[in-house]
Amino acid sequence: MTRKSSFALLAAALTLAAAAPAAAPPNAAAVHIQNFRFGPQTLTVPAGTTVTFVNDDEEPHNVTAVDHSYRSPILNPGARFTHQYAAPGDYPYFCALHPHMTGHIVVTGR
Amino acid sequence: MADDHQLDRRGALKCMAWAGGGLLWTLGGGVPAGTLLGAAEAAARPAGGAGFSFVQISDSHIGFDRAANPDPAATLREAVAQIRALPVRPAFVLHTGDITHLSREAEFDAAQAILGELGLPVHYVPGEHDVQDDGLGAAYLRRFGAGTNGRGWYSFDAGGVHFVGLINVLELQAGGLGHLGAEQLAWLQADLRGHSASTPIVVFAHMPLWSLYPEWGWGTDDSTQALALLARFGSVTVLNGHIHQIMQKVEGRVAFHTARSTAFPQPAPGTAPAPGPMTVPADRLRSTLGIRSVRLVSRASPLAITDTNLA
Repeated sequence: MTRKSSFALLAAALTLAAAAPAAAPPNAAAVHIQNFRFGPQTLTVPAGTTVTFVNDDEEPHNVTAVDHSYRSPILNPGARFTHQYAAPGDYPYFCALHPHMTGHIVVTGR
Repeated sequence: MADDHQLDRRGALKCMAWAGGGLLWTLGGGVPAGTLLGAAEAAARPAGGAGFSFVQISDSHIGFDRAANPDPAATLREAVAQIRALPVRPAFVLHTGDITHLSREAEFDAAQAILGELGLPVHYVPGEHDVQDDGLGAAYLRRFGAGTNGRGWYSFDAGGVHFVGLINVLELQAGGLGHLGAEQLAWLQADLRGHSASTPIVVFAHMPLWSLYPEWGWGTDDSTQALALLARFGSVTVLNGHIHQIMQKVEGRVAFHTARSTAFPQPAPGTAPAPGPMTVPADRLRSTLGIRSVRLVSRASPLAITDTNLA
């Protein structure tokens, strides 16, 4: 990890900590992009989870819902995108730049 | 410079899809025949007399800056220089997409500035990398959409050949196969209607219009419908890019050819965990990049296709 992204992570963590309400914080999970793959390819999370997609690859990628209901901007190396999954269901997505790259977010009831 | 190849003739023929060394691919009367040319032989062959010719380039990926090629603008300039040095000036250049890496205005500007040095008309179709702007292709259409139909597809006639530029990179689905869509197929049907079956047809698009390697999305999900519309023609040549390597296939009277990139190579199907830029030793890069010349020998006889690398 580069120093720049370490700082970014630290800043993100501090921001999260500062913004977290006194009540239980919302669920969070992450998908990492490496070597033209989303990992984990299937991520199972409870409803209401905010998923952060992190581009750890050397190439730009993006995250596009198969039903086109949301779409990230192009994520340069090191960039991230978050999306909250409110309702239970299977949410397949792919990279519009490299559409063979696919993944699923499976959202369960809380 | 024509490709060097160190294999013997039989070995070279066996793997010509990969070596692509000075390959002259002729196509006529529905019976295509390939001839492998040595560099000297290729150089000695007359350059076509008064024949009509054009050039295909592909996948210039301006804006890419990773190890596989830190400077794709430089290799595109070399491709332009090679086209300018052709013994017979081609009528125009086809660019089969992925002009840019990330659909940015500055990348389109840079690509057009370099290709402007050709002094030739350039006919484009977009790759998936050219339609990633916020308008999902609006930036491409603003530049190249004048006089086109639907979302950018078009046709024109030159040298007695009917050229059809198709777009199969819009509304891509997970898995990555190309897609033409009902609107474009309806347009294609109408476009072909007025042409006699003896008219040579050249179809160009970014992604392969045959099921080349679906596991990596190397195909087009509704290409069979397009090919059905082309079935009555005696000579159909399909040119595409996307996979950054030369591959050919003949199916009935249709010959499919994928072209090299001018930016970086990709792995052969199935030889890597995933497709993507492939880094080769710097002194080998230019042997994996190239341009393609296509020549109409006469209206009644074959189109001749010659791939040359940038080495």
